[in-house]
Order: sequence, then C-alpha cells, then structure tokens
Amino acid sequence: MFKIVKREEMSDGTVVLNDIDAPKIARKAKPGQFVILKANETGERIPLTMAETDPEKGTITVIYQVVGKSTALFKTLQVGDGYQDVIGPLGKATHIEKVGNVICVGGGTGIAVLHPITRALKEIGNHVTCIIGARTKDLLILEDRMKDASHDLRVCTDDGSYGHHGFVTDVLKEVLEKGDTNQVVAIGPVPMMKFVSLMTKEYDVPTLVSLNPIMVDGTGMCGGCRVSVGGKTKFACVDGPEFDGHQVDYDELMLRLQAYCEDEKKCYEEFCIMDS
Amino acid sequence: MAEKATKREKREKIPRQPMPEQEPKVRAKNFDEVPFGLSQEAAIKEAQRCLQCKKPGCVAGCPVEIDIPGFIQLIKEEKFTDSIRHIWQKNSLPAVCGRVCPQEIQCEGLCITGKKGDPVAIGNLERFVADWERENGTGALPPKADPTGKKVAVVGSGPAGLTVAGDLIAKGHEVTVFEAFHKPGGVLVYGIPEFRLPKDIVAQEVNFLERLGVKVECNQVVGRTITIDELFEEGYEAVFIGVGAGLPVLLDVPGKNLIGIYSANEYLTRSNLMKAYRFPEYDTPIIQGKNVVTLGAGNVAMDSARTALRLGAENSRIVYRRSRTEVPARAAEVHHAEEEGVEFFFLAAPTKFIGDDKGRVIGMECLQMELGEPDASGRRRPVPVEGSEFELECDLVIVAVGTGANPILTQSTDGLSLNKWGYIDVDEKTAKTTKKGVWAGGDIVTGSATVILAMGAGRIAANSMHDFLQLGW
Repeated sequence: MFKIVKREEMSDGTVVLNDIDAPKIARKAKPGQFVILKANETGERIPLTMAETDPEKGTITVIYQVVGKSTALFKTLQVGDGYQDVIGPLGKATHIEKVGNVICVGGGTGIAVLHPITRALKEIGNHVTCIIGARTKDLLILEDRMKDASHDLRVCTDDGSYGHHGFVTDVLKEVLEKGDTNQVVAIGPVPMMKFVSLMTKEYDVPTLVSLNPIMVDGTGMCGGCRVSVGGKTKFACVDGPEFDGHQVDYDELMLRLQAYCEDEKKCYEEFCIMDS
Repeated sequence: MAEKATKREKREKIPRQPMPEQEPKVRAKNFDEVPFGLSQEAAIKEAQRCLQCKKPGCVAGCPVEIDIPGFIQLIKEEKFTDSIRHIWQKNSLPAVCGRVCPQEIQCEGLCITGKKGDPVAIGNLERFVADWERENGTGALPPKADPTGKKVAVVGSGPAGLTVAGDLIAKGHEVTVFEAFHKPGGVLVYGIPEFRLPKDIVAQEVNFLERLGVKVECNQVVGRTITIDELFEEGYEAVFIGVGAGLPVLLDVPGKNLIGIYSANEYLTRSNLMKAYRFPEYDTPIIQGKNVVTLGAGNVAMDSARTALRLGAENSRIVYRRSRTEVPARAAEVHHAEEEGVEFFFLAAPTKFIGDDKGRVIGMECLQMELGEPDASGRRRPVPVEGSEFELECDLVIVAVGTGANPILTQSTDGLSLNKWGYIDVDEKTAKTTKKGVWAGGDIVTGSATVILAMGAGRIAANSMHDFLQLGW
C-alpha cells in the first residue's frame, strides 16, 4: 500500500491534494511525468501528472479534481489510508531549457501540473510570465505557489470574481502582442489548450501542451491513449504526455475523452447514492 | 507373448477420453472456464493409453522437456502427488500449460499413438494432475538446492519470467520478479481470458513460486521506476528480461482512432486484468458492442471475438485477409469460437472505418482479397480484388493483427543490441544478450509467440544464468 501522508482539500472542496509515500518514484520523477493510481482491488487505473516530488521525504504530490467515481473514491481516502497501487514515474519529462521569455498558461487542476514546470523554467534562467484561470475565484488553486514560481502572475476568472474578467487567452494575447515570447506552455482543460494553441500559432510561438487522455496501462501497451499529432498516431503515455500544441488534433481528443461518459455517469451516480 | 498381445489390444481399445465442457450456447454467455477437466477415472483410463515409448517423441516436442511418459505412468498408478512432483522438475506452471499449450503441434503432435488414431491427451492429463494437486494435494514443496547467496532479478512475470524464477529458485538462488502491472502473470492475466485460463489458477501458480521463496514486486516498471543498471547496483548479479512484446499494432486506415476501435491488448486488458466484464462491480468500463468485428485470426483474435460474445454481442465476426488455410490460431480455438457462434469472413481487409458525429465507429469498409504469390512468411500474399468493396456494420472493432516490441525497457538500457524491429538480440544457445549479466527470452526476443515457447526460452536462459552464477560469463 502507498500511504497518504498529507491531504488537503482545495478550491470548493472538489479538488484534493495528496502527498503519497512512494520513495522509489519520488527519487526518479521529473517535472512533467505522471503516475497511475489505483485505489483498491476493484478500482480503475487513473493517470495523474505529479504536481510535486520530494525525494528526501520519499513523497509525491498529486492534485485531482473529483469528476467521477474513481476520483470520488480517491477523495474518501484520508491521511493514513493509502492507494493499493501507484505506478511510475511514467511518460517523458518536460524538456527544460533556457529560451528567454516563457509564458505558462494553466487552467483547473492543470495548474498543479504546470507548477513544477514553471518553477524549473524559472530556475534555469527564463523570464516566466504565468497566466492562470478558473471559472470563479473559489475554484482557483495554487495562486501563491504559482506567484513564487514565476516572475509575473496574471489571474483570470470567467465570471470576473477575481483578477481579469475573461479567459486566459485574453491575457495571453496581450502578452504575446509584446512580440518577445519564445515559448508557451499550456496545461489545462482540452478546449483551453486548443484555443491557446490556435492563438500562439498566429504569433508563431512554439507551444507545449500536456495531454491526459483515457489510459489503461500507461506503458505503451494498449494504445488507448492514442492521440493524433501532426497527422501521426502517438501514445500519450510513452510519447508524451507533452506534445507540440500546434500539431495536436484536439477535436479528436475531446471526442475520445467521452468514450465512456454514459458508463462513468451511471457508475458515479451509484457511488454517490451509496456514499450518502 | 500372448498375454502381452492381449494387453496391447486392450489398451488400443480405450478411446481418447473426451474432455467434458460447457455447452457452446451456455458458455458463450458466461466467463466460466469452458472445459471442466477430466475426472479421476477418465484420467487413469487416458493414462493407460500411453505406450511408454523408450524414445518418446512427445518429450522431444516439449519446449521444456517434461518427462511425459514418466508423469503419465504415475497417473496410471494413481500416484498423483508423485506425478505432479515429476512435472515440477521441468515445469513450474503445469496448470497453465495443460490449458493453453498448443499440444497438437508439440507433444501430442509427435505421439506415436496419434499415428493410427488419436494421440494421448497429454495436455488434459497435465492439467488433471496440476488441478488434483491444487484441490487435494498436501501443498508439500519440491526440494530446493542449498542457498548460493546469489541474487537474480527477473523483469516481467509472464511465462518466460516465471519459468526462470522457478528454475533458479530451485537451484538455490535468491530470485526477485519485477512486474509493471499491479498483478503478476503477464499475458496470463492481462491477455488470456478467464474462460480459457482462470485467473485464480494463475495466482496459485505464482503463489507456488512465492512459497518456494520467489519474491514478486508489482508496480515496478523497469526502465522507469528502476533501471537494469540500478538493479546491478542493488546487488543483483544476473538479470533476465522477459517483458513480452507489449506494443499494439494498429491499422493505418482512415478512421483508425474512432471510439470503439480497440487494440486487442486494450480490449483484453480491460476485460481480463481490470475485470471490466464485471463492470460496475469493478470500476473499469469496456465498450460492449452489439455488432463486433475482430480483425486478425490468431489466438488473440479468437480470445477477443469470444470475449465479445460473452459481453453481449449479437454478432461477433472475424475478418481475416487470408483464407481458412492460413489461420494462425490453434484449431481447437477456432473450433470453440465457431461452436459459440463466431462468424468468419475470410479474404477481406478493412480499408476504412466509418464514424458518427460523436466519433464512434458505426461501420467499416472492406475489400475482398484473393491469394497471390507466397510472401516472406511463406504464406500466399493476399491481393485486393478491384471493385470488391463492401460494408460491414459494427459498433466495436478489435484489432488483433499482432504486436511489436515495447521500447520502454530497451531504450532505457545501454548496451543491449536490438534487431531492426526493436526486439532484443540474443545468443540462441544461451539466451545471453550483448549486455553482460543480462539474458532475455520470450516475445521481446522472438515477437509474438506462445506461452510454452516463452517458457522454453526461459529454461535456456535459466540454465545459462545458473552456469554464469557458478562459473562466470
């Protein structure tokens, strides 16, 4: 069992942070890589990109949003409980390089994934502008940490309850207009990554996105996580999870993410009834 | 002389004992094992059919060289415990092999009794004693050599890895098996369905090895969680790589990424390892098609098409680009599939998949093929017939046309020579790779093959590893 040593509810309580005791993974993991978690014997294998690792303490941090039965089940796990299985680190690490001016764009729990990448990009000597967004103020996570990890933090909310009233792409456009951006990293909901990529393409700025399609094994064995990148089929688990944002077929990805929506809904509803 | 002749006549009169099994119509709707196994009475009768050849062809046909007449003789004498212990000397996974080996082209294919009639049912007998031991045995373990103090790492817990583990633990070495999945067994748990190989049986075979002292560590993706070189740093002196093929081959035709098009690896892993066939009791979902098409005609294709029936398919069809003669699956598997209602479309290949506005597959376009000149594999090459397009309605497609070499381990290990397809180069006689202290066997060397061939490769490696641990590289 992989014990939870710290647990924190964030946002409006639908986003949960877990520090998990997994020394072997903590020692190896690099920003951008993910783990697969399985809560119990009957559980699903759920991929989550790590938000943090502490090789000395031997812990990894994951931040997830409750969206279905599996994540609802995760939420029931308290400090001292554990995941039956944690596998990783999987996927390729982010290529961290000094390129000059970088914009990191994050939305939802994607901000958690973006955090270690942002920090690493800053540490290597880039000037990092960070743009994070949420539907409303209460749903925003990791604002303080993102502030520390970047030189300049901009916050957007869809409803205007905090920061800029509007989407991250509004602020992105503003920063891109300066014309000195060398690289963009965008991690968040698929539509966000799609529109960020469409915009940066206009400005001809290289853009990295991190994808989280449906997965089973996470080791390149099943092909369930396949995505079309530049017209070629890639496996997010071994070829990614990060890809050139200008090449990704986001529409296909969005459809594929809906593959089990009916089953998932049924499963989640049953779980919620049982849980209450 | 006369007495001897009568004995033979009597023996020759015993027909091959039929394997009782579930009715096709019933079993096509459940995941229980298809054959029930021989009764004790039938097993003893069947054992009497063995001629106890001095130079047994069956043993020569067995990749792990089980003393087949020996264990059969012990069944005949009703010494079942002795019989299983006799098998264990050469095979740590008899309950598995008795079920999934292609005996008809190995031991039974070379059985002298088969020249005139039906060969001795060696596989069924092997299964019988293995099951008997599990159900009635004392649980007593076979003897082990004195500890050598040498540590061995086995990467992958499929048939090759488990064979190496079983052989080397018996020779007194310390063995740790590293498995990437959360359960040990490799293809035996993720690939082969419950109705052909119950997972409890795999678990018990692994447990047998654990009782012998083998350590099994799951959730270890060697190449990611730990590397081969780090295993050496941790004190392992020899490493065996048996990670399987593990890279799905998908078709490169339009519509290939529509929802409802699975690789056989994904379909079977969801159903077998993740137990999606018991959704929602288990959390992993699986698409349950009504009109299912499986592409390919190997054993994996049969497993997929038969699984689809059990998951509620109204039609389960196999589309294969060659003809019935070239079908690579075991005859018994094809027979079982047909009995259960799987339909075969020979000489047809998909040219595109058709989807709806939600990105779900609703049909496929195929071309009729005809057989041309033999290709590199010696089989006649399928050639498309012009203007022969036809459409098949389908809401689930399972692509079972083979696998490739998974690069996770090989690309993270320096010093391993690979062939042009990414499989590991080994010395055939020893299974040694080009990296010192590292052996490899099974599908990651040969490409997709059978359980027993992987076990045979494991045997070769284990012998060489033992020599190395005693004498040096």
